[in-house]
Amino acid sequence: MSSDAISARGDLRLTRITKSYGEFKAVDDLTLTIPKGSFFALLGPSGCGKTTTLRMVAGLEEPTVGSIHLGDTDITTTRPYQRPINTVFQNYALFPHLTIFENIAFGLRRRGVKDVKEQVDKVLNLVELPHLAGRKPTQLSGGQQQRIALARAIVNRPALLLLDEPLGALDLKLRRQMQIELKWIQREVGLTFVHVTHDQEEAMTMADTIAVMNEGKIEQMGSPADLYDNPQTAFVANFLGQSNLIKGKIDGSDGDNLVVDLYGQKVSMPKKRSHAVDSSLYAGIRPEKFRISLLGTPVKGNTLTGGRIEDVSYIGVSTQYVVAMPWGQELMVFEQNDDGVPPFDKGDEVLISWEPSFTFGLRGDEDIEAGTEVNPEDLEEE
Amino acid sequence: MSQKLTDATIPTIPVKARFSRWFGRNLLRIYMIFGFSYLFIPVAYTFAFSFNDSGKSNLIWKGFTLRNWQNPCGAPEVCSALGNSIKIGLLATTFSTILGTMIAFAIGRYAFKGRSSSNLLIFLPMATPEVVLGASLLSLFLVFKINPGFWPTVIAHVMFCISFVVVTVKARIASLDPRLEQAAMDLYANELETFRRVTLPLVAPGIAGAALLAFSLSFDDFIITNFNSGTLTTFPKFVYVAAARGIPAQANVIGSSMFFLALAIVIAGQLVNRKKTR
Amino acid sequence: MTFPKVRVPYLLLFPGFAFLFTFFILPIVNLAQTSTQTPVKGGDTGQYEQKFAFGNYITAFTENREQFARSFIFASFATVLALAIAYPLAYAIAFKAGKFKNILLVLVVAPFFTSFLLRTIAWKQILGEEGFVVPGLRSLHIIGQQTTLTSTSIAVVAGMTYNFLPFMTLPLYASLERIDPRTIEAAGDLYANGITAFRRVTVPLSMPGVVAGTLLTFIPAAGDYVNAAILGSPNTKMIGNVIESRYFKIVDYPTAAALSFTLMAAILILVTLYIRKTGTEELV
Repeated sequence: MSSDAISARGDLRLTRITKSYGEFKAVDDLTLTIPKGSFFALLGPSGCGKTTTLRMVAGLEEPTVGSIHLGDTDITTTRPYQRPINTVFQNYALFPHLTIFENIAFGLRRRGVKDVKEQVDKVLNLVELPHLAGRKPTQLSGGQQQRIALARAIVNRPALLLLDEPLGALDLKLRRQMQIELKWIQREVGLTFVHVTHDQEEAMTMADTIAVMNEGKIEQMGSPADLYDNPQTAFVANFLGQSNLIKGKIDGSDGDNLVVDLYGQKVSMPKKRSHAVDSSLYAGIRPEKFRISLLGTPVKGNTLTGGRIEDVSYIGVSTQYVVAMPWGQELMVFEQNDDGVPPFDKGDEVLISWEPSFTFGLRGDEDIEAGTEVNPEDLEEE
Repeated sequence: MSQKLTDATIPTIPVKARFSRWFGRNLLRIYMIFGFSYLFIPVAYTFAFSFNDSGKSNLIWKGFTLRNWQNPCGAPEVCSALGNSIKIGLLATTFSTILGTMIAFAIGRYAFKGRSSSNLLIFLPMATPEVVLGASLLSLFLVFKINPGFWPTVIAHVMFCISFVVVTVKARIASLDPRLEQAAMDLYANELETFRRVTLPLVAPGIAGAALLAFSLSFDDFIITNFNSGTLTTFPKFVYVAAARGIPAQANVIGSSMFFLALAIVIAGQLVNRKKTR
Repeated sequence: MTFPKVRVPYLLLFPGFAFLFTFFILPIVNLAQTSTQTPVKGGDTGQYEQKFAFGNYITAFTENREQFARSFIFASFATVLALAIAYPLAYAIAFKAGKFKNILLVLVVAPFFTSFLLRTIAWKQILGEEGFVVPGLRSLHIIGQQTTLTSTSIAVVAGMTYNFLPFMTLPLYASLERIDPRTIEAAGDLYANGITAFRRVTVPLSMPGVVAGTLLTFIPAAGDYVNAAILGSPNTKMIGNVIESRYFKIVDYPTAAALSFTLMAAILILVTLYIRKTGTEELV
């Protein structure tokens, strides 16, 4: 069974996977299908189980319960070297005693491939580093090492390429550049990429499907736009970008819309964007969807009155306002600076408005702090 | 700091303060010079007296000669003692490096029942004074009616070298990134190939260092050897016995040669390492 | 983590541990047995039988109290001296040597390779009557006309300090080298002057090296007899000398064994207490 695993192709299916370490469940009853040819991201904070999931797919860990299939082949207990799956390791794990050429040739030689030189040269050209073939890994910059690690994996044409925080060690500018390149390479070679990261921006830039993980479970899965525009849980709403979550009550309906009471002010939102289970809910609005107007200005859509500007931060393309509401909550508003200087000052009495269809509704019993306490930058996960 | 500095405004530091500042800054360097002089005085003395035209007892400087270097085996027994030491050293190094490396891999790579008692068993020989090691082993040989000599000495040396090999190789294994082995497995290398192509080459410098250490410990050992070698003479034993009636200058020649040889090996090793990483 | 197959570590351990069991544990057990034997009545020299004479220990200890005390005092002095000499040296190599680091490190180990006996004898000759130091100091009236430098306790301690210095320097260097110099700078930034930063940051961080170095110096020093034999006099005999002569000159195996065992036990107790106190468990 395991000997033909090496030639398995198809979708990756994880079925009811649990991985326990003693009492602790790193991954908890996870079921997931990753379609062939997709660029899939597992996104979540440190300790959410995403790396453990990746290691189980790679064969470096075995699930406590559950099965992993690649196409029709069960690879749950197959050894890592018998799976058509390759990994780009965090910090790259290039072999320090081998040249770049030999690093890339490593997998080909183990599989007894004939035209090693030709294939290595080809992949070195793909990552645009053919002149480094004779060097040792320590003589390369971080960005170059990253590309070699990628080349070493894709040269094997695996059914599945796993990327474990592949850009974590690079600086911001290089990371942006590599994000675009990785996406291009994925399209070029047409492999299935599974990418693990805690950086939501990285996941959104590259992946066509994102699964947000939290405490060993998948919170929500979908395209980057789906997840951002219509998060189903407070965790997703907060982990992907920022959200204003205002406590409210469903107060009736009006055609396809719900009427929601937010501290005495009535607003409306599409029924299908509400994930509430009873009459209590949180109305969620992204900060850039809000508009600020001075009191008395006529506005369209939903409005909330009684706001007072608490703080103004000018950040170039946009200005971020903190608006204090009468019920004690502070709302975050991002305004484009299309008119140059920010038009509002601290202390201004304002009203806030937005297009009803941008509203999303979360269950009223959610912890609205979920996903906010994590600062992705300072979490380096093993 | 907008004020422009003219010559008059540049503060001059008094000579005494300047000296004490220089002294403070270079205190450690000066210390290093003294420290290394202390380490090397007897080596230099040994080297200098290898050129002494001394005859039998090499105590007082009697004049310069190259004769000792031209004929290092000139003194009776000195070269056979050296030969014995080298033979014992090579055998002890080979066995202790193999056994010790295996233990180091077991302890450094696996979690298993009895790991901490294994660590203790490795530590104990290092915490036992050499007289005790030597005396106890000799007692055992006597019980089994084994005469002290060449092989008992080799066994004794393997015994006390193993721990040092384990500690040295283990340190190297500990500094190895486990992801490198995972990467090898990920790239279609099975356990054996992973070991041969990745683990072993990366641990090799540690093993080489351990072997060098084992050889130098074995070559220089006197106490344990004295208990277990019987009538066999090793180089340190030769020196010890000869000390009573005066050491021939040939011993200094051999001691100095060993020093330069070891220095050359270590420096060559460093150069090879540097070339590899460049 | 590679895949721990249960039997692999035991297979790897087996040959080495079998060897250590046969040639280290077994001899120690045998030594314990020898230590309670008594001479065969009317037998030849060197013939002993098991009588469980635990009195051997009392006799052995009381007869050689002085040598025991001397061993531990000399070894302590040598350890402290070696630490005092080696610490600045290791510190200088770790932090001030720059690109000469590796070369200096090699130089610390290099004297090892000239036989330590040759070096000890070299000291004896340098500091002896025929050497240039003693006559020089005498003619300058720094020491009296009768004063000698060899055949004294000081010479023995100095010899041990010298011979075990690399055992002290290397572990010290290893732990000092691991210290990130930025932590010392951070201490300076947080209002610690040079001495305070050294005391509060450098020293605590180098403790594993201090512990390893002092053990690697103290243990062999306490059991040593070569320095005492070459640089000392009959008045500076250590327990090692006694064990050696009991074994070879008097062929009194039980006493030699009892002494060995007492020495080993004393060292192990001291080492255990020391490791407990300094809290460095991961030594090996």
